[in-house]
Amino acid sequence: MSTFYFIAFLSIFFSILVISAKNPVHSILYLILTFFTFTIHYILMNAQFLAIVNFIVYMGAILVLFLYTLMLINLNKESEPVKPFMVKIAAVFGGGILAVALVSSLKSLGVSDPVVLKNPELGLVKNLGKVLFHEFLLPFEVSSVLLLSAMVGAVLLATKDPKEPKATI
Amino acid sequence: MESLTQTIQAVPLNHYILLSTIIFSIGVMGVLLRRNAIVIFMSVELMLNSVNLLLTAFSVYRGDAAGQVFVFFIMALAAAEVAVGLAIIVMIYRNTNSIDINVLNRLKW
Repeated sequence: MSTFYFIAFLSIFFSILVISAKNPVHSILYLILTFFTFTIHYILMNAQFLAIVNFIVYMGAILVLFLYTLMLINLNKESEPVKPFMVKIAAVFGGGILAVALVSSLKSLGVSDPVVLKNPELGLVKNLGKVLFHEFLLPFEVSSVLLLSAMVGAVLLATKDPKEPKATI
Repeated sequence: MESLTQTIQAVPLNHYILLSTIIFSIGVMGVLLRRNAIVIFMSVELMLNSVNLLLTAFSVYRGDAAGQVFVFFIMALAAAEVAVGLAIIVMIYRNTNSIDINVLNRLKW
């Protein structure tokens, strides 16, 4: 039980560091640590498939893509001007208000049953594969079309058009 | 693995909701605070992941595998979104030499 609270504390700590780190590279490295704590959460809930997918897809693919783009862009020091102090206060206040509203609505809900894993086979690949390929076969195929169109769109957006003159803004 | 899953037996569902709420709010704060477009994208990823964690917790709580399948679809969606979004950011950087989102305020009109 205390494992959960320790990992939850680490998740919150690293996610605060993600948004407060000055250097974007540090920010990405803290985001990798945050996602690692999420993987531990999945393992604690015995969702082994999601733990592996989170580890491979998020930490292995998406964050490497972020790092690669960041290094491609070659940021200068002065490229991120800081917002005014009052805007920062307002941003933190707005996020805090959102948290307070959600938590207070949760409090009025008043459910507090413990999370008990009734079926230990629930998060295993065998069980999830059966559900995915029986009930969710059509969304699965549609998501493959989504990934294909996203890939084509990304290639189309990121390649330079040699015919057009360089836009001057 | 059996002893590991015994450790969550006593965690109330409310605490999972609380954790996800806090991390979602941190993501919202990140979107509002930062002006670097890549950090804003990372905050959006943080929000998506908090929702993933909550869906998994609900799935385990109800004993229904559909929640974990939804998380799988959200991950596929996030991969597509990141690919297109980073391509747009690279294009913006190529045109304006900056990834400050305030450069884009002419999109308002």
